[in-house]
Amino acid sequence: MSVATELQKNNLNEVVEAGGLHRFTSAVGASRIGIVEVIAIIVLGLAALAALWPGLLTSVDPLTGDPAVRLLPPSAEHVFGTDQLGRDVFSRTVHGSAQTLAASLAAVLIGVGVGVLIGLLSGFFSGVLDAVFMRIVDVLQAVPGLLLSMAVITALGFGTLNVAVAVGVAAVPSFARLTRAEVTRWRSTEFVRASRADGLSAASVLARHILPQVRGPIVALLALEFGSAVLAVSALSFLGFGAPPPQPEWGLLVSEGRDFLAAAWWMTTFPGLVVAAVVLAANRLSHAVNSEKGF
Amino acid sequence: MSLRYLASRLVQGLFVLWVAFTLSFFLLYWLPGDPIIAMLGAGGELQSYDSAEVARLRAEFHLDQPLIVQYLFALGDLLCFDLGTSIQAGTPVTEAIATALPSTLALAASALVIALVVGTAIAVAATLTRRPWLRDTLAALPGLGVALPTFWVGLMLLQIFSFRLPLLPAVGTGSPAAIVLPAVTLAIPLSAIIAQVLFRSLQNAWIHPFVTTFRASGYTRLRLLLRQALPVALLPALTMGGVLFGQALAGSVVVENVFSRQGLGRLAQTAVAGQDIPLVQGIVLFAAAVFVLVNLITDLSYPLLDPRLRDAGRTVEKKDSGTFAEAAGNEGARP
Repeated sequence: MSVATELQKNNLNEVVEAGGLHRFTSAVGASRIGIVEVIAIIVLGLAALAALWPGLLTSVDPLTGDPAVRLLPPSAEHVFGTDQLGRDVFSRTVHGSAQTLAASLAAVLIGVGVGVLIGLLSGFFSGVLDAVFMRIVDVLQAVPGLLLSMAVITALGFGTLNVAVAVGVAAVPSFARLTRAEVTRWRSTEFVRASRADGLSAASVLARHILPQVRGPIVALLALEFGSAVLAVSALSFLGFGAPPPQPEWGLLVSEGRDFLAAAWWMTTFPGLVVAAVVLAANRLSHAVNSEKGF
Repeated sequence: MSLRYLASRLVQGLFVLWVAFTLSFFLLYWLPGDPIIAMLGAGGELQSYDSAEVARLRAEFHLDQPLIVQYLFALGDLLCFDLGTSIQAGTPVTEAIATALPSTLALAASALVIALVVGTAIAVAATLTRRPWLRDTLAALPGLGVALPTFWVGLMLLQIFSFRLPLLPAVGTGSPAAIVLPAVTLAIPLSAIIAQVLFRSLQNAWIHPFVTTFRASGYTRLRLLLRQALPVALLPALTMGGVLFGQALAGSVVVENVFSRQGLGRLAQTAVAGQDIPLVQGIVLFAAAVFVLVNLITDLSYPLLDPRLRDAGRTVEKKDSGTFAEAAGNEGARP
């Protein structure tokens, strides 16, 4: 066992050295935890707060409107303005985060669960299994993500949960490929071969020696895919495949505002800005995790 | 390049299409809904339909057969380039796609041209500049472009350029000016991908020994970059061709919706909304075919562009596309 861990350390050092060049090219003048990362964490924290305890950020009801205050521009009372029924856009955005973020999270979890499983099996037991899995992944990658999700929605029907599944399916190939590439890289290393020779079963080698190596890259991809999932989920709900209209959902909010584009710019601008901010924050964190792991 | 290589690549491509067909068939036809009822006008009032008519239509679409027989019928049709009949419109799927294609092709082509110019300009400027703040700003732009929701960007551009300053038409397919805003909207995520990939490979090319040699022999930085480094850097960027086409196609769903344009994306949206299964499958297969074709062309053009491969008679040893960077490039730009 100790032989295996020692070899593992050596291997890591080598990889870090080999990764030096890549780090030089990819982390352009970026300090590890800078002001940007702090802002990204705050943005995601606020979004999570809005999703879990919306009452803390706003006390206004997102569903009932007051016709007397319809289509009001942003003010101290209505930070994001009001919509055509007099509902507070800020409150609707806050309450909408639960739907959008939960769907995105579910999508990423489906993607990482299925993708990592395929990647582990495919990379470790090369051969027929690998060939079959990889051809399926090839096909999933040949169809653009949004179209793939739309095909899944055609089969499952509309609704937030189905949108989450559809976006999750589209996220499978990148996790599968990344995991497979990492597993094949580690499979032939000496410490893995040594632990096999020690008599460990394939399953425990995968779980105890290979999975921990693969974890770093997967976490980085997880953050990135979460950003993409937020984009995909809101695009699909913008197209009308998500939750039905009275529900607040980020993509749907933007879509509701498009009829009032000329009269009430705030109805589309603010919910869209929130989506962009969350995606940007997730991508920045992914970048930070990625350069920290040094690969 | 040997003919054998060409043939093997063709077979691989056809194989991917066959798997795509099979997967999409079993995904879509294993449905709870009844497409015939949907075709006869939906609503769920089953008793109002003539049951003989329903049975006749069901037989016509082979829906009364077991699933595997339906699959074989469909596969046979596919071999004759027949993708079935659109349930909503009643026209052949191939015809529906062919009618919608020109408008989307014009949109995608203009967006790709804009993206290529803007993306290359950003990557080249970021590589050349000696000012760190400018380089960091330019290098951060792709990340921003990828994070903006396409539907929102489109609406913002509409708001500014059609409503505030009435410069460009808001909707429609008619006038040439009407394509400007949709093309710019679609070009933003595409140019971000191009800039990201090109910037990375330019930096890799920049530290090649031959660059140092040229620099020592008095080449200016700009000339060196454009004449020597850019051609080398473009090769890895070329692998993005298939992904870019795919993104343009997927992006057209959102962009055509925002700008009320006719086209393939619009067709896809109405097909999904109406559960028009043959049409959805046809569009998915079309997208896969475009991806396979573009990748094939890219692969075959490698030896023409890279003299090192011409005599070797083999393709560039492709990096495993499972690296994080590739995944980031591929996945970062969903609309």
